[in-house]
Amino acid sequence: MSAVRFAVVDSWVVAKRDLIHWLREPVRVFANLAYPIISVLIFGLVFGSAMNVFGGGDYIEFLLPGMFGQTIAFGVGTTLMMVSMDADRGVTDRFRASPMSQTGVVAGRSIADLVNSSLELLVLALCGLVIGWSFHDGLFNALLAFALFLWLRFALVWIGIYLGLLVKPEAAQASWMFLFPLTMFANTFVSPELMPGWLRVVAEWNPLSSTVAAARELFGNPGVGGDSWAAQHSLLLAVLWPALFVAIFWPLSVLKYRNLSR
Amino acid sequence: MGHAVLAEGLRKRYDKKAALDGFDLAVPAGTVCGLLGPNGAGKTTAVRILATLLRLDGGRAEVAGFDVAREAPQVRRQVALNGQQSTVDDVLTGKENLVMWGRLYHLSRRQAESRADELLEQFGLTDAADKRAKHYSGGMRRRLDLASSFIMRPSVLFLDEPTTGLDPRNRGEVWREVKRVVAEGTTVLLTTQYLDEADQLADQIVVLDTGRVVAQGTPDQLKSKLGGDRIEVVVRTSEELPVVRDVLGPDAEVDPDGFRVSAAVADRVAALTRITSALAAKGVEAEDIALRRPTLDEVFLAITGHKAEERA
Repeated sequence: MSAVRFAVVDSWVVAKRDLIHWLREPVRVFANLAYPIISVLIFGLVFGSAMNVFGGGDYIEFLLPGMFGQTIAFGVGTTLMMVSMDADRGVTDRFRASPMSQTGVVAGRSIADLVNSSLELLVLALCGLVIGWSFHDGLFNALLAFALFLWLRFALVWIGIYLGLLVKPEAAQASWMFLFPLTMFANTFVSPELMPGWLRVVAEWNPLSSTVAAARELFGNPGVGGDSWAAQHSLLLAVLWPALFVAIFWPLSVLKYRNLSR
Repeated sequence: MGHAVLAEGLRKRYDKKAALDGFDLAVPAGTVCGLLGPNGAGKTTAVRILATLLRLDGGRAEVAGFDVAREAPQVRRQVALNGQQSTVDDVLTGKENLVMWGRLYHLSRRQAESRADELLEQFGLTDAADKRAKHYSGGMRRRLDLASSFIMRPSVLFLDEPTTGLDPRNRGEVWREVKRVVAEGTTVLLTTQYLDEADQLADQIVVLDTGRVVAQGTPDQLKSKLGGDRIEVVVRTSEELPVVRDVLGPDAEVDPDGFRVSAAVADRVAALTRITSALAAKGVEAEDIALRRPTLDEVFLAITGHKAEERA
């Protein structure tokens, strides 16, 4: 029983460390928030008038769920960076050589990342409400949509932990180069229907697209639907894709963590 | 007296290369053992195995009476590890750093706070307790890192190159703290590349080369083996080199490119005076004469018969 209690205490101690970082280094919080907010302004207000939503509808209404998705996807970069920095600085070793519960290390990471992403979603949503985005299917469905984003974020924590234990911080920094296109070859900014054939398939099956499409449906925002199986089952896939990631990367992370002692 | 650290025939391989190849160690409780060796000798591997961070491939090891392979959780409650890098969290204050580690060692909040205050006091950091660690000097940061290892008064402390990158004054401070904790009964296993550090702190020195112990003994025993300090004479012309070698004795080493002759001397300043006047009598005007401690390269040359970098 004390094992469970210590796992909870340890998780909280580790999470608190990260949350204090956010509070004390507001520059980082601003930098993290600045990108999505500026993007909303650029894409929503600058390009917005020139953008078409496939099937019709307001572009800002279409854009916001995509921005939520991109912000969530970028979170994997944050997890990756933090994990690889801890490993590189020997903090992970100190954790491992201490009596603390090993669950605490990763659980603490998840808590901190989820709190952080929730904050980002909140700020982005407020920003969206100001420039004309809204949800139209009730608060419950809207909250459900945000829950789906956080479910994806939780899955990405495990990918981040696994990759973070694999690479050095310098390489972790370069992850943005891959993340950026991965979040664009999706339904985030433009409807896949408007893309060339092969890219359209990639975009439709991109796990991020499923969560974003499901959220559009739950928010009552335009741009929902499409001919592909993936597009028609976005709600199901928004649950399944992250579940698949967790199923793969949770054990891989645990294994990788154990293999640090090889 | 029991042994706080005991290793028998430790083996560890990375791919095809043996990092530890039958490593033996016995450190009596309450003493300081210095593990000396060049980069890649296996020092850090040995410490990581003993601190339960690495699995061993062969042999056995006991720390504080517990087997590192079978009783790792018990070992972790008895040891503290202080690595080469600082694990101090820059964004947290000194006190918050210590409270965090106290909580992770499962003290209650109240206990963790009071232990943190005690340690800050002991390590001379009380005035900086509420300052963020990023504003600490290198020495303060090292002391904070050390203090965080003392949350539980470990029976064995592993110090992996504790003063690498510190200036002499800060090194002195770290040495003083280490001596203090040893006086309180902690056993210390110290790895270092500096002979003088081992000399200052260690009761016993173990020299490692390619994963094996190649020499061990007290600092004095090892120093007499190595011939102690060296005198180095630099001249202006190569014709003067043989003259200097005659003065310095049969064991003198001549470096013709650097116009340099060096030799071991036992009596330091007296030898300096003797050699200076002998050179003057022979009409040699030296460019430079200096006494210096043997470098680690010379230690290795003397003990292993090859230079540190020639292993690979």
